[in-house]
Amino acid sequence: MIEMKRIAIIGNGISGVTAARHIRKRSAKYQITLISAESEHFFSRTALMYLFMGHMRYEDIKPYEDNFWKKNRIELLFKYVERVEGHRNTLIFQDGKELFYDELIIASGSQPKTFGWKGEELKGVQTLYSLQDLQKLEKNSKNVQRAVIVGGGLIGVELAEMLMTRGILVTFLVREPYFWGNVLPKEEGDLVSRHLRSHLHDLRLDTELDEILADENGSVRAVRTKDGEEIECQLLGLTTGVKPNIGFLKNSDIKTEQGVLVNKYLQTNLPNVFAIGDCAQFYKHPTGRNNIEQLWYSGKMMGETIAHTICVSPLAYQPGMWFNSAKFFDIEYQTYGSVNPFKADKELSLYWEDTNEEKCMRLVYDAEENNLLGVNVLGIRMRHAVIEQWVNNKMPIEKVVSELKKANFDPEFFTVNWRKIKNTFNDQLKQLVP
Amino acid sequence: MKELDENLSLSNGPPTQLSVLQKVSTFIGLFGLFVLLLATLNIDFPKKIIWLSISLIAITLGVFGFSYGLYANKSAGIKNNSVWSYSLTSRGLWAWLSGIVLTGFYIVLYFFPTYLGYNPDGSNSGLITLFDPLSIALSKNTASQWFVYGTLYTLAILVFGVKFIWKYRNNPYQRIRTFSVMFFQLGFAFIIPELMARLNNESFSLPYYDLKNIWPLNHYNFEQYRVDEFISAGTIGTALLIFGILSIFVITPVLTYFYGKRWYCSWVCGCGGLAETAGDSFRHLSDKSTFAWKVERWVIHSILVFVVFMTTAVVYTYLGYDADKYWLTKDIFLIGVVVVLSFVFVLLWVFKRKELKKDAKIGAIGYLTIIFALVGLHYSGLNDKVFIFEAETLRSTYGFLIGAVFSGVIGVGLYPIFGNRVWCRFGCPMAAILGMQQRFFSRFRITTNGGQCISCGNCSTYCEMGIDVKSYAQKGQNIVRSSCVGCGVCSAVCPRGVLKLENGKDVEESRYAEQPITLGNDGFKLNV
Repeated sequence: MIEMKRIAIIGNGISGVTAARHIRKRSAKYQITLISAESEHFFSRTALMYLFMGHMRYEDIKPYEDNFWKKNRIELLFKYVERVEGHRNTLIFQDGKELFYDELIIASGSQPKTFGWKGEELKGVQTLYSLQDLQKLEKNSKNVQRAVIVGGGLIGVELAEMLMTRGILVTFLVREPYFWGNVLPKEEGDLVSRHLRSHLHDLRLDTELDEILADENGSVRAVRTKDGEEIECQLLGLTTGVKPNIGFLKNSDIKTEQGVLVNKYLQTNLPNVFAIGDCAQFYKHPTGRNNIEQLWYSGKMMGETIAHTICVSPLAYQPGMWFNSAKFFDIEYQTYGSVNPFKADKELSLYWEDTNEEKCMRLVYDAEENNLLGVNVLGIRMRHAVIEQWVNNKMPIEKVVSELKKANFDPEFFTVNWRKIKNTFNDQLKQLVP
Repeated sequence: MKELDENLSLSNGPPTQLSVLQKVSTFIGLFGLFVLLLATLNIDFPKKIIWLSISLIAITLGVFGFSYGLYANKSAGIKNNSVWSYSLTSRGLWAWLSGIVLTGFYIVLYFFPTYLGYNPDGSNSGLITLFDPLSIALSKNTASQWFVYGTLYTLAILVFGVKFIWKYRNNPYQRIRTFSVMFFQLGFAFIIPELMARLNNESFSLPYYDLKNIWPLNHYNFEQYRVDEFISAGTIGTALLIFGILSIFVITPVLTYFYGKRWYCSWVCGCGGLAETAGDSFRHLSDKSTFAWKVERWVIHSILVFVVFMTTAVVYTYLGYDADKYWLTKDIFLIGVVVVLSFVFVLLWVFKRKELKKDAKIGAIGYLTIIFALVGLHYSGLNDKVFIFEAETLRSTYGFLIGAVFSGVIGVGLYPIFGNRVWCRFGCPMAAILGMQQRFFSRFRITTNGGQCISCGNCSTYCEMGIDVKSYAQKGQNIVRSSCVGCGVCSAVCPRGVLKLENGKDVEESRYAEQPITLGNDGFKLNV
């Protein structure tokens, strides 16, 4: 029998798994080895919160049944890769064993980023990213009355929601003047901040962490803010962002910076080594977005792309219109296309909000060309395919406003006052264009 | 590190204290049930009308108060916190206890009704007579065990319906749908048949008829005593009989074509009504494995074949005994059945063969061959019975195994163990017919919103029919499954707004086409 070529994939998250699945779909001739030190099987990281809140069990957040991998001949290796020796195509594991590969895909994801605060190492201080973090949280949240969360992003708000289901009083510290200030425009940020305030024990905007204070047992007892205020807590969650998880590549012959450096074909400096997902850093992003794109959907697309490159022919990574979604307690958020937190040059935007219903919509369009650039919605679901078409076809804003309802994706019988939205937008259009 | 500690979500658990209101409500509700228990134990209540009212009102207030404590002080939104931690909803001790009590109730109701006070030789006593005042008010007749069951069933749908509406108050689809099942249960299943019974006298009699209960769910609708009654009741009776037949061949296919089977299963049906209201807390217990799906396909379609056999044999037996009474003769009827089945088969084979999986083809051909062989055998004179067994044997076996044990004892009794739609998923022959229509001849689908699924698993977990919804959604594929009852909970619990139940403009095959790549991955457009 002819020895099959082996593709090794480091990381069994959405990027690595998508790559493995699509390689198998396109070709039967490779041996695929999927390696992870975090979990034996792929689980949905975005669902960790639901595990903690008791909505689902661990087996429910695995996207594929356990027999899926064998059926698709994807070999699973539950091991920690300590080193990569690119010059001899070999992975070295923590247990000293080695694995030879023909092609290597690095999809090792992210790890939490903290800022070296004094007291980070104390008991009861933790981040939230991995399965292991969640297990730690189970222990740390026992007998806790008050918790503080630092970092006004998506993981922070998830952690707040999680802890509240255990009856813990949560104080949420946000550095920006409103929630998720580096992504949301002010109006949306304010709306979400108000919603958070109605759920949380305490939301502190414009507040930064200075120091973490210990009790006599070496556990966290309080935090001090930069304003000098002390806030009591027995649990501190640091959710101040993530960075590429590439520690194991130190001293290897693969070029890295913050992430693993790749060209538009997702290829590293070694021709048979690729990097995808959160851990990849483009020399120059194909569409001019951030060179590191830490997003579920990007990971998925990179996985699909790399499978084509390996099995068929080189395919450049070319993501289309940006989209993302999230949920803040009870409010769903969707964004399509380009919506900047601060008004950019040559861009105008229309904004409608229903304060009682906690719904809003923003349309961003080009000030000169007049075409739709992006959409933000809170509390309303929109149809991805329709908006993509509008943005890609550069639909004029007036036409977008008049056809908005066509892009609605709310469940049947949900009511949105489309006429009011239309009138609001038309009024704003008149004011904006003299 | 090992994969994961067992019981991850259970190790710490939520705060479980009940509020004072919930404790009081539990007491009141249990008191209501206690009165029923006393009546069952033959305690003779002096003023039945008062004690019956006290009992039913106490049960109602108990559920309302408990639900108020659960939802009133929480913001509108998804309320699934700690579902997998509570004993009652995670197959713990309380789940088993309530499962045993419920199955016990069904066993007594179906097989030992004398314990409830049923007396075949004279007047009833015990629990049954407690319901006399209500029964007499509605139909002028004293209560039977079925009246007791019907009343409690309806009450369960109404009070837990209110709880459900509270829980999903952020979601108009859920609210309206629940109003609908409450309305159809109260009006069509409970009040109208009782009022119809009021019309009965010595010269005029209609069978007890829940108009929304369609054959083959209503497997006894065409039994001789009923058909005789229909026919002898003149125009009204004949109209009802024709309505029963039209429901099968016209009303059902048309509505399912436009709206999917949800118009029935989660908007009208009584079994569905109970599952959606009283059974809502157990929806996540359904088995999502592909193995369970395989079992489901064989079991539900085999029961459909069984009910077709049974009904054909029963009707065939009584046709022709009295040539004046029935214009339909035995032969025309049997040939008619063969023609209808062949028609359905050919329709599927010609237009939808590509979409039939291997086991569906084997099943369809296999069962059709068996039916034709049996009919052929009968006509060749080798067998005087149509389907080997006596029609009465088939009828009573079906009634016992499927009508009582499966739909009642297992289907409802084991809600807390196997989930709330076991009967609808594995057993209901009506669901099997509607499912075929939905899969092949309907505009209904659940649309996946482009590439936005994050594979979190909420949709699959909370699908009461055990559909692995996310396995489609994460591929960007729409969901068109025979078993989907369109309850809309997958769409409600989706944290990214990815799923939408819709009636499209057509039955186009693209409504469930697989998407090879994530929407928005433009590299493929340019290079492939």
